Formats: sequence, C-alpha cells, structure tokens
Amino acid sequence: MSDFLRSYLTVAIFGGVAVVLVGLLLGIGSFIRPSRPSEAKMTAYESGVDPVGDMWSQSNIRYYVFALLFVLFDVEAVFIFPWAQRLEVYGYFGLVEMAIFIFILVLGLAYAWRKGMLKWV
Amino acid sequence: MSTSLLAVELAYWSETTLRVIGGLVAILLPAGGLVYVYLFKMMSFMQSRLGPMEAGPYGSMQLLAEVGKWLQKEDIVPAKADRQVFMLAPFVVLISTFLLILVLPFGPDAWFVDLDTGIYFAMAVSSVSVIGILMAGWGSSSKYSLLGGIRAAGQLIAYELPMVLAVLGVVIQAGTLNMNEIVFAQANGEIFGIDLIGNPYILTQFVGFALFMVAIQAELTQPPFDMPVAESELVAGYLTEYSGLRFLLFFIGEFATAGVFSGIAAVLFLGGWYVPGLAPEHDLYNVLGPLVLMGKIFLISGLIFWFRFTYPRFREDQLQRLAWKYLIPIALLNIVATGVLKVVF
Repeated sequence: MSDFLRSYLTVAIFGGVAVVLVGLLLGIGSFIRPSRPSEAKMTAYESGVDPVGDMWSQSNIRYYVFALLFVLFDVEAVFIFPWAQRLEVYGYFGLVEMAIFIFILVLGLAYAWRKGMLKWV
Repeated sequence: MSTSLLAVELAYWSETTLRVIGGLVAILLPAGGLVYVYLFKMMSFMQSRLGPMEAGPYGSMQLLAEVGKWLQKEDIVPAKADRQVFMLAPFVVLISTFLLILVLPFGPDAWFVDLDTGIYFAMAVSSVSVIGILMAGWGSSSKYSLLGGIRAAGQLIAYELPMVLAVLGVVIQAGTLNMNEIVFAQANGEIFGIDLIGNPYILTQFVGFALFMVAIQAELTQPPFDMPVAESELVAGYLTEYSGLRFLLFFIGEFATAGVFSGIAAVLFLGGWYVPGLAPEHDLYNVLGPLVLMGKIFLISGLIFWFRFTYPRFREDQLQRLAWKYLIPIALLNIVATGVLKVVF
C-alpha cells in the first residue's frame, strides 16, 4: 500500500477509534446508571409546562439565505487554496487572475448586501 | 508518534497503535487541562470566588468526580425524539474532533498523519461537527433544541468562511498546505533579512491571526458567540434534551476541539513546536516539541477563555453582521494584500 493510502487508512482508524471509544463509554455507563423511565420524564422540556403543538416547527428563512451564501463562498475558498499554494510559481499572472476571480465574488457579496440579504429582519 | 523518537522502525500496525494512544493523550490531556485551569479556576478567580476546592488539592480531582457523577446519571431519550438521530449525534461530534487532531504536528517526526493537504483536511473535517449539532437539535424534538441547532448551524457556517480565508494568508506565505512544512517555513523564515526568531506568521499575518481567533471563538460557540446554547433564551439550545453521558460527550467534544483549534492556531501563527534558538532539524524537538506546542496551546486557549469570561453575548443579527459585513471582506482584502506582497517582494 502506498504512503498516500496508508495515511488515509490511519485517518479511518482514528475515526473508528472515536466511535469505539464513545460506544465503550456509553456501554460501561449502562451497567452503572439507573433506568426508571416515566412518562413525565420522557416529554420534551418546555420550561415545565406541557409541550404545545408540533416540535418540528418552521424557522426563520434567513438561515436558508445564509446557507446559500455560504455555499457560494465555500466553493470560492476551495478554488483559492491550490492557487495560494502555488502562487510563487504563477507570479504576476496568477495574481491578476485571482484578483479578477475575487473581484467577481465580491461583486456577488455586494449585490447580496445591496439587496438587503445580509440584514437580519 | 514516538516512532522516530525511539529511533526504531516499527511495522505499520504497531506504529498506528502508538499513534492512537498518543492521539488519545493529545485530545484528553488538553481538554481536561483547559477545563480545570480555565473553566474551573481562572473563571472563578476572575469572578472573585475560589471555584472547586474540596476534591483533591485545590480541587484538582474535580474532573474525575464530575465524570463519576455523569456516569451515574440516567440516559433519557425523549419519547417523541427521532431516536437514532438523537443517539448518533454525540458520535458525529466526537469523530470530527478525533479527525481534527490528526493534522497537528508535535515535532519534526512526531506527527499522527503527515498529510500533504494538512490544513485543508483540518478545515474540512472541522465542519463535520455542524452535522452532529444539527442532528442533536433536530433529533431532540424540542422547540428549544431545534432553535439552538439551527442557530448553531447558521453561526458555524458563517464563521467557517473567515476562518478558511484567514488560513489562506498563511498558505500563501508558506507555499504549502502541509502543517509540518508550515512550521518549517516559519522556523527557517526571516523578517526583512533579520533571522533571529524565524518568522512566526503572527508578525506578518496579524490581520489573519485576529480573524482566525474571532472565527474559532465563534466556531467553538464560546461566549460572546454562545447564542446556540444561550441559557437565558433557549435553556441549553441543542443540548436541552440530553442528559448524563451523552451530555458529557458533547462537553468533552467542545473542550477537546477548543484544544485542537488552539493547536492549529499555534501551528499556523506561532510556529508550532519550534522555539527560537534551536535549529528546527534538531532531534531534541521530538521530545521538546510536544511540550512547546502544549505551552502554546494553553497560551492561545487562555486568550479564548479570557474573551469568554469578559464579554457579554451578541445578538443573532449582530453575529451575522460581524461575519458577513466585516470579517469576510477584511479576510478577502487580506488574501489580496498577502498575494501582492508575496509576488512583488
């Protein structure tokens, strides 16, 4: 196996260790902790009164707008990383190219800003 | 991790076993240390009280007592909850933390995984915890939890961007994504031809450092960015329905991640395991490095917790405004300025 694959095998092992460790801790706990379920205990907490209505209620649309904006800028960051690493090789050419790229994205942010998308209402 | 420290060649599996043990120490030791030193003691002293004093000398055994307490608590899953999602959420959060520690180099040869995509990988796996928190908020089937979970997701993705963009300045300067090579680049660097302390990027990337610190404060949902768990508004946000061990797991995840993020900040901006005056190729670093990095982790997380204890909570609109209207444009400017300076000089 190449070193490249091997290092990702280690990554997978660490992920597995996390799962096993958490499972082990919860497993050990199950021998110690009491289990006396009651109806009142299992209801959702709503400051002491009986919960009202459906729990999965609608929430503010703003979160969705910000999630969309996030996708836009996260994709941008993905493209900037390889450029940032190789900038010394690209020189002025790379600099101008990236300036144009960032300018277009700033334009997008400015548009969202102008449209009032960044305002929390 | 201790492979080259002992200067012996080990088979992959025994090496990996050592790495896993090292990883557990590297996650749990800073997490416990941060909770005791900062959360228990520093916060108490800043608020003119003593904090835990009964368990062990100066309350140093308090953490063990706490874990013992949480172990005995009943594990309650709300009747209406989405059972699988609710129970899996702590796993996802801790997996994110365990993958994040992998990229931290503790010495020239003392690393867990020497990924060429180091910092990029770290940024990617750090956002996995968002999924865990959303799962916790959604699965609990409680209004407080849902609101807290959505708030957390909105906050974490908004501050992910300044964090990633702040890192880009360092990547441009170092010309590599590999965490260990970033340390070497700082150790071998020079500022205006002066080669006394190398070039810790906090000196040239001070804007990036400030952005990164604000962003990780928000990523860790530490006050003043703790709207997702705001106790006066949402009881405990996405943690409301969790009890006993599952709650403790989120808590461990939070402080372990605080330690790892401080470590990443230390590697990117303070030179990681390098101390001025000792050549970075020196073998001593495989012993000294972990100690130096641990010291820097405590320095950086000291800053994080200092802010935590000092500032009142933001409002939700102020939070999003700070990220989108200030931090992101400044971060973009920082990238362009760094790029220009890199090419011109």
